[in-house]
Amino acid sequence: MKVTYNTYTTKQTKAAPLAVFRVLFGFMMLASIIRFWANGWIQTLYIEPTFAFSYYGFDWLPLLGNYTYLLFFICGLAAFSIAIGYQYRIAIIVFFLSFTYIELLDKTTYLNHYYFISCLSFLLIFLPANCYYSIDALRLKKIRAKNVSAWTINSIKALLCIVYLYAGLAKLNSDWLLEAMPLQIWLPSKYDIPLLGNMLQKQWVHYAFSWGGAFYDLFIPFLLLYKPTRSIAFVLVVIFHLLTRVLFPIGMFPYIMIISTLIFFNAHFHERILLFFSAILKRLSIFNRVSFLEVNRATNYKIAPYVVGLFITVQLLLPFRYLMYPGELFWTEEGYRFSWRVMLMEKAGYAQFIVKNTKTGTQFAVNNSDFLTSFQEKQMSTQPDFILEYAHYLGTHFKSQGHKNIAVHVESYVALNGRLSQPFINPEVNLLDIEDTFKHKDWILEFNDTIQGI
Amino acid sequence: MKKNFIYVLSCFLLIVVACGEDDSSEQAPSDNFDRGALLVNWADNIIMPGYDNLAITLTTLEVATQGFIDAPTSVSLEEVRSSWLASYLAFQRVSMFELGRAETLNYRNRLNVYPTNTSEIEGYISSNSWNLELPSTIDSQGFPAIDYLLYGLGTDQELLDKYTIGANASSYKMYLLDLVTTMQTLTNEVSSDWANGFRQTYVSNTSSSASGAVDQTVNVFLYYYEKALRAGKVGIPAGVFSGTPLPQNVESLHNEFVSKQLLLEALSATVSFFNGEGFSSDFPGNGFGLNTYLDTLNSVKDGSDLSVLINNQFVVAFDKIDLLDDSFVSQISNDNLKMLGAYDELQRNVILMKVDMLQALSIDVDYIDADGD
Repeated sequence: MKVTYNTYTTKQTKAAPLAVFRVLFGFMMLASIIRFWANGWIQTLYIEPTFAFSYYGFDWLPLLGNYTYLLFFICGLAAFSIAIGYQYRIAIIVFFLSFTYIELLDKTTYLNHYYFISCLSFLLIFLPANCYYSIDALRLKKIRAKNVSAWTINSIKALLCIVYLYAGLAKLNSDWLLEAMPLQIWLPSKYDIPLLGNMLQKQWVHYAFSWGGAFYDLFIPFLLLYKPTRSIAFVLVVIFHLLTRVLFPIGMFPYIMIISTLIFFNAHFHERILLFFSAILKRLSIFNRVSFLEVNRATNYKIAPYVVGLFITVQLLLPFRYLMYPGELFWTEEGYRFSWRVMLMEKAGYAQFIVKNTKTGTQFAVNNSDFLTSFQEKQMSTQPDFILEYAHYLGTHFKSQGHKNIAVHVESYVALNGRLSQPFINPEVNLLDIEDTFKHKDWILEFNDTIQGI
Repeated sequence: MKKNFIYVLSCFLLIVVACGEDDSSEQAPSDNFDRGALLVNWADNIIMPGYDNLAITLTTLEVATQGFIDAPTSVSLEEVRSSWLASYLAFQRVSMFELGRAETLNYRNRLNVYPTNTSEIEGYISSNSWNLELPSTIDSQGFPAIDYLLYGLGTDQELLDKYTIGANASSYKMYLLDLVTTMQTLTNEVSSDWANGFRQTYVSNTSSSASGAVDQTVNVFLYYYEKALRAGKVGIPAGVFSGTPLPQNVESLHNEFVSKQLLLEALSATVSFFNGEGFSSDFPGNGFGLNTYLDTLNSVKDGSDLSVLINNQFVVAFDKIDLLDDSFVSQISNDNLKMLGAYDELQRNVILMKVDMLQALSIDVDYIDADGD
């Protein structure tokens, strides 16, 4: 076992794929930050709301107000630093921390692809991505190397495979495969897309897209790993992600995935890309002249493989934590996040909060728009942990206004994947009596239908 | 390997081309529901006739007001009062369409913020100076302010005295006339905007995006139903949002016996809009409404016919409202439970429309500008 482990961690491969990945990742992140800023989303998503939904255990994290711009600036600067490979180790740590901080500010904005970025940047902390084609490599002879341990590049491939595979597994349910839901709702509403608009109305197309999407996610990792099918797999990657780009508002994610899958190509291919960079910026040809050591001798290899191994194991297990909860996952969303359940369901809700005086029996309804942005209200009304956190916030708010003996109840309705809306949270329960835990939330009413599958 | 590289490069070229297509779609919609026809129906048979009708009733009101201030008598007073009610009812049929010019003018609020600020009105009149264009005067104008000036100044004789022998008689007259002509100006502005170009923009804006006319209209419609009708006319005065009833917040407080009539008119306008029914026999409608839109997409609803559910719920709400006193002030003080009962039935349709209908139509409530995944 020891021998196998050693062979695996010491097996060498060309560093070019890792260098290309670092450069493209850095620039994509920089572009994402600029795009986010330019769209005015820092203001509307992080500064304007008076209240933010925090992740379990992270409610101590301070909101930054106008300093949020500084946080984004630091994050963008770190991304640029990663791209050019200057002070890489510090840059990637700063990027991971600042990006994750942004995501932790308000879980309203949770997206699987933001989580993917956090995971990827965490992984990159432990990889010697600056040993080739970087400013660090020019400056520091001792980190310069043409080869790296094969596990470093393989760990990125592993993470990508997990994302696809788990996204595929999540689609193996009766709503997706047998009812073509939610695509049956989403696709017809894209009637004005050129060429496709007409087709998107047809039911067989909804089924074709549902099944095609599931097959794509399940098999693309293998097609990318297997050399003879790699090129055709990449064409599929491009087509698939461009389709999702045209059909849904998913921002930079399609491009990030397309770029990321380049890692599956071999070193020769990546060296060509580097030559291409050099050709664009003539100065970069300096990299072709300096001498590189054959093997990267960076010392952090001692613990890095263990950390990365542990990280990949956690990634493999975390999506299955939903199995520990009773009830329908799509309904309760207990164990739904951080599991690559991407564009998987259509959920809409309405939550009317009632503040009661338990002594006098008087009560009044809350106008959600007094406290939440419409985005927050939309996310809150379908997710139990949001509802609970908001109820506590309301309790605190009205207590501070002098209301006494307060109980907070909610009358809520949720419609899932085109089913008729039904009551969501038990309206009899005083939400102030409940603390959020990872235990099953028995105050969620039962889902009156069954969805088969994983 | 070189071949491979060129091949990947051309894939990226494809990406660039595909991105260029972003918002270029100005093609006619091509699915089995004709949104263009839906928009034409809304514009030509519901919205524009509604504004035209309101403009006519406002002209009558203006003439009657002119007659009243020329010679304030109990006869001319009754004439203003009845034309005020006629135009208030006509307003209920267009109040929900806060689109285009109406949106920029803040039209609904300019015409119907209640309760009206009586002390502010009295202040303007006694100082003989006001400017109805100022945002701060929004609660001192429109139908509720006229309601106060026509019903809220004591007995009919006391009221007539204010306009005849009172110290500020001329100021009262001018304020009343200014209120009426301001409503006229605003309505004509909205109406002529529809007639001169906006209608064309509107009916051709069949885009599926959040800026598409269908999305926007459905959003303003639901906002109206939830905030202005359900909460404003019923929920707030019944104390749903305050714990204690607020009868002083009913629509038409001073002529309190028409609150129910106004609500019924507003609700029937809502139902007509939902079902795409034309404004009158002159505008019979072309059969396109949210109901038929939902029926076309009915594959989505798994057997349960959403448009029928929503219409049935409207009937239930009408039945509950029918039980109410003409005056909501007395209904709230005598038996607020009935008022709350009516609210609950109106609320049921907020859920059916805002949750179920929007999901079926795949329309985002209050367009949110952010990525999804």
